[in-house]
Amino acid sequence: MKQITAILEGFGSTLLLLLRALSFSGTLVRQRARFFEQCYLIGYTTLPIVAILSFFIGSVLALQAGYSMQNFGTQQYIGSLVGLSMARELGPVMVAILVAGRVGSAIAAELASMKVYQEVDALETMNIPPARMLVLPRLAAALVMVPVLALIGDLVGWFGGALVSKYTSIISIEPEAYFSVLRRYTHFKDVINGLLKAEVFGFIVVLVCCNIGLNTRGGPREIGASVTRAVVTSLILILVVDYFLTQVLM
Amino acid sequence: MPSASHTRNPFTHVETPAVGVAVEHLTKNFGSLKVLKDVSFTVEPGEIFVLMGPSGSGKSVLLKHIVGLEYPTAGRVMVDGHDAASELTREHVRMALVFQSGALFNSLSVYDNLALYPREHRLADEAGIRDKVMHALRILSLEGAARKFPADLSGGMKKRVAIARALVMEPQLMLYDEPTSELDPVMSATISEIIASLREEYHVTTIVVSHDRDLALNIADRVGILMDGKLIFLGPPSELREPKDPVVADFLAPKIDLQHPRFKKLET
Repeated sequence: MKQITAILEGFGSTLLLLLRALSFSGTLVRQRARFFEQCYLIGYTTLPIVAILSFFIGSVLALQAGYSMQNFGTQQYIGSLVGLSMARELGPVMVAILVAGRVGSAIAAELASMKVYQEVDALETMNIPPARMLVLPRLAAALVMVPVLALIGDLVGWFGGALVSKYTSIISIEPEAYFSVLRRYTHFKDVINGLLKAEVFGFIVVLVCCNIGLNTRGGPREIGASVTRAVVTSLILILVVDYFLTQVLM
Repeated sequence: MPSASHTRNPFTHVETPAVGVAVEHLTKNFGSLKVLKDVSFTVEPGEIFVLMGPSGSGKSVLLKHIVGLEYPTAGRVMVDGHDAASELTREHVRMALVFQSGALFNSLSVYDNLALYPREHRLADEAGIRDKVMHALRILSLEGAARKFPADLSGGMKKRVAIARALVMEPQLMLYDEPTSELDPVMSATISEIIASLREEYHVTTIVVSHDRDLALNIADRVGILMDGKLIFLGPPSELREPKDPVVADFLAPKIDLQHPRFKKLET
């Protein structure tokens, strides 16, 4: 019963934080420096790891698919498998998981530490709402940067698949053939659906991590507990929301 | 000197009516723990009120009620006629709280810590904000620290920066949470002098929460003593020099006695 109450409380406080942050949307232009700083942190600093991970996901996908498809003599369709898998599912989900692990944990740690060391209380006594200064720029930056990361992830993953397809003896498909099949079966709508998913996941991750960070109570030990809770909650929500979004976007 | 009933803005020198605080039957429970029990007192405009009490007696919780960071279980706190539990009170009354830890923003320089409030509330252009910040730093003798970060400051400097940041808010009500804790006696005396001089100069209503007996005796107009969530003393500091109540006397000048029930309680 206690856990159900805690989940409902968490849901309610997250919703309230979102509404409060949105009520300050008009201040975003004035806070553009903070917005660009968050774009840099969420986007630019996460880019290398997104690229590395996506490259190897695309490569492994091509390798596994090639191994199975050679039994049927259908290796020439590897491009469509890698293209669709990356665009519709693996690209957005992997990027969201990376954002949760790298950016979400950093957000939760920073805000939890600000809460524990009374910086958030200081903001409130200065009549500066934390939702305006700490949450809104992060949410806006996630909305812009996470789809960009997902798009880059898609492209790098496709490229990784193409390389493996060319240089693996059991597959041996030229990049022209690989990309021709990929283009034929991966439609613009598939890519857009994936980017939309990434947008929703990024928004959820940042919102949940902000809320858990700002609701930290107690001493320094609670900072670590909040980070763990924020990342675990984000990962669960990504997968649950992914199922429903996939159904809606089918 | 500003007139007795008015606060003078440290930057514009404009005088505005000083504000008073009324704590009315304030009770606060955290679950089954009763932290404040029916506490009532008033702080007159322009007064320095020092609230003393042992650790865990509810002093800081009471201070948080005055700035609206905590909400009462029962009773209320009125600041200049406005209920402190309402967010709107901060729009009507400029209140500044100097936290025990300083609560400086670690990611910002000292200058940016001070400039945050006027920037966020668009009180002046960047040149005006610079004047205001540098003036506040000068008042606290911190001109050389403007570009430093909180991590580079000593405990005493952090407290002074926190006071300077509060001053930039042009407060009508200044609240200090343990301003002399963790400081050496010389720095404690300096901070006490700063608090008293800010009241002398600008007639800001001041509430100080402290363990520091010397601070209370030297700068307070009136003192309250909280014990286990109850107000057990309220009066001028002169009455504390020879307290009649043995509990108050024991709090102010505890004698080391291994047979005292206080020690026995710790043992069990």
